[in-house]
Amino acid sequence: MTTETARPAASAPDFDALTVGDLVDERVFAVSRDSLVRYAGASGDFNPIHYRDDVAKAVGLPGVLAHGMLTMGFAVQPVVDWAVDPGRVVDYQTRFTRPVLVDPELGAVVTVIAKIGQLDAEARIARVDLTVKVGEETVLGKAQVRVQL
Amino acid sequence: MNPELQGRTFPPTEPYVVGREKVREFARAVFATNPVNLDPVAAQAAGYADVVAPPTFAVVIQEQTLAQLLAEPGSGIDFARVVHGDQRFTATRPIVAGDVLTAQLTVASVKTLGGHSIVTAETAITDASGEHVVTATSALVVRGED
Repeated sequence: MTTETARPAASAPDFDALTVGDLVDERVFAVSRDSLVRYAGASGDFNPIHYRDDVAKAVGLPGVLAHGMLTMGFAVQPVVDWAVDPGRVVDYQTRFTRPVLVDPELGAVVTVIAKIGQLDAEARIARVDLTVKVGEETVLGKAQVRVQL
Repeated sequence: MNPELQGRTFPPTEPYVVGREKVREFARAVFATNPVNLDPVAAQAAGYADVVAPPTFAVVIQEQTLAQLLAEPGSGIDFARVVHGDQRFTATRPIVAGDVLTAQLTVASVKTLGGHSIVTAETAITDASGEHVVTATSALVVRGED
């Protein structure tokens, strides 16, 4: 992670003060090959396409890819901090639309923009929509986080 | 791809004990910065018994059930042709270090779409008292023969 826009607030966001379209947070994540090895160990996903160029090429990929679950895992972090209590995240879904290629030297830079997508006043659940991109390309589709407030 | 897999429920996995250091290791691996994920004192101040796992941690436990599905001799799923299409976590409560969790996979649907098959697998994760914690749902796309 290279930038951080705000420290977690001391208390939970005020549901009644939220409006659809509000910016929750915006963050840039620098993903390196080291990040992939660390995630492989932490998650137990040792598929070699996430750390071996030769294996990635042998199965027809342009190079080593980030685990989709790693991208999904960090993309939600701005929302976890915004919610203050991680237990408020009650639902999180995404579609893996495009792989994240991780260059051995340069890595990959993934940007996450989190905005309020929908407000369920009865359930007091805010849906936060994530826009997750590498350059101009979207890598996660329909990335939605439901936060109980 | 065997369409008769639809509706199949696999046996529950052996109990998984959620360790504090595993949660912290996973949290660091997904760039977590919330102290409730990392610091037991902060977690206790927030009302939890120990550190809280990040929202996607359930994949570690779900993975064991996906391995059961892929290893099923009659599934017709060629692992080399599987692409992860969609993922969802629907939680009743967060996973906390100290939890003892059991996971059970049900094949919710098998669909064929233009030579590809899409298997939707729902893994229900429950705690030691049998209460629901989180359901992890994966859509796996099995590419057709080239």
